[in-house]
Amino acid sequence: MPYSQNELMISAAARELRGARVAFVGVGLPNIVCNLAQRSHAPHLELVYEAGVFGARPARLPLSIGDPTIVTGAASVMGMPDLFQYYLQRGLIDVGFLGAAQIDKFGNINTTVIGNYAKPKVRLPGSGGAAEIAVLCGRILVITRLNKRAFPERVDFITSPGYLEGGDARKNLKVRGRGPEAVITDLCILRFADDTHEMLVTSLHPNVTREQVQENIGWQVRFADNLETTEPPSDEELRLIRDELDPKGLYSR
Amino acid sequence: MTQNMKVTTMRDAIRDLVRDGDTVAIEGFTQLICFAAAHEIIRQRKRDLTLCRLTPDLVYDQMIAAGVCKKLVFSYAGNPGVGSLQAFRRAVEKGEPRPLELEEYSHFGMVGRYIAGAARLPFYPVNSYVGSDLPKANPRIRQIQSPYGDEKIYVVPPLNPDVAILHAQRADANGNTQIWGLTGVQKEAAFASERVIIVVEELVDERVIRADPNRTLIPGLIVDAVVVEPFGAHPSYAQGYYDRDNAFYVEWDTISREATSLNAWLDEWVYGVQSRAEYVDKWGAKLNALKPGDALAAPINYGEYK
Repeated sequence: MPYSQNELMISAAARELRGARVAFVGVGLPNIVCNLAQRSHAPHLELVYEAGVFGARPARLPLSIGDPTIVTGAASVMGMPDLFQYYLQRGLIDVGFLGAAQIDKFGNINTTVIGNYAKPKVRLPGSGGAAEIAVLCGRILVITRLNKRAFPERVDFITSPGYLEGGDARKNLKVRGRGPEAVITDLCILRFADDTHEMLVTSLHPNVTREQVQENIGWQVRFADNLETTEPPSDEELRLIRDELDPKGLYSR
Repeated sequence: MTQNMKVTTMRDAIRDLVRDGDTVAIEGFTQLICFAAAHEIIRQRKRDLTLCRLTPDLVYDQMIAAGVCKKLVFSYAGNPGVGSLQAFRRAVEKGEPRPLELEEYSHFGMVGRYIAGAARLPFYPVNSYVGSDLPKANPRIRQIQSPYGDEKIYVVPPLNPDVAILHAQRADANGNTQIWGLTGVQKEAAFASERVIIVVEELVDERVIRADPNRTLIPGLIVDAVVVEPFGAHPSYAQGYYDRDNAFYVEWDTISREATSLNAWLDEWVYGVQSRAEYVDKWGAKLNALKPGDALAAPINYGEYK
């Protein structure tokens, strides 16, 4: 079945949740990704929303991360102090799924400002829960579309830390979370080198070239030796996206 | 204050309890955001307010555009599920209609601030901000040494607003308030604040509250005024009463793109109506279409112990 690059990105991202038990769902694209995972390969995936919900079973794609559909039928609904302290800070969440206005070579995420903090060129929304999700979830997955503006060599502002300056910089922080594991985009999937923690392309989407990827990244990006080709979305994944989750195509067209 | 005197109109509650220069928290995470109170504050032309909210949302975007806000204390200033808050951006990027002072945290930081404020603690520790530039942008986020071990931890200061305005599904005339669905930081904001205005979809008899005391989030003890304002949280939602008016959240992106179209909207929908009731009438049948079907909980037995 023919598919869009966005549908491919969403399906590939949902597959990254294989084996996950509890996922913290970030705003925007992560929302459709986590809901797709729950409706396809991970029916028992516990969705956690910062709004104060554990074990959500949304009957429709939540319009925002505070949609009433995440409440009805959930395992538990609580105040935000409980959610942040006893679920996130307590260390009960395996995976945090985040979006990013900007992400750099070492997986640091900026959702605060483009330019100088005091006199920004563009003022972005800010952290929300991302600053703590980035250090308190077991691992982090990121989904964002690939373009030069979104992938600068270094971000202007670190809202949510990845591997900071690379190497052991994150390890030295002594935080619970291991940090970003994969960045899923509309052209490729990137992961992080074990030693330097620099982002490298590990999988190209079908019919995407290395040149295309390089043109959309703000530094000379490295490609893994065993570069793979991303598996296209299955008919079932496409049906779930088109018929159930995003019939208007807001995220997926 | 005797209990019936707490039930008042929005106009009187805002006139008596919100003063120029106050620190005000209109809380409610995605649901139960009291636009009715925000619009009355705009109509009464309150000035120089410090506005606190995890998510400024459309409600503070409108207040910033109307010029009531001097300073914003927040953690996520986006149009949820849609994109940017345009009036907020104009104020920060261009200083229009007036410069906006920012005090910025993450959600957990804001949550910790309200907890400390509610419990009258000097600070609150959160395992966050490590590796983030936020402490550089906001020097009130500080790191201290644990008195019990080697580790360092970030702390945030208490937040004690002058006034909290909290929307809820129901309360009794004394202000005993029940909320269900997302409760956000409604309870903490109430206990943290000097004055509390409760705005409800329904005023209920005290017996209704006492029949289900686990659902009471805020006691009348700390409530100064109770205002009854059905659809008072529109275009946000009230669990079980009405859905978010998502079409309006999307439309706001267009309305707020230019100061002129935003001001025209304020003229028509805020200054141009006298009250929430008039606003609700003006929307007409559209609002009723936001009512959800039923999803009832099974009754529970508290037991009778005589």
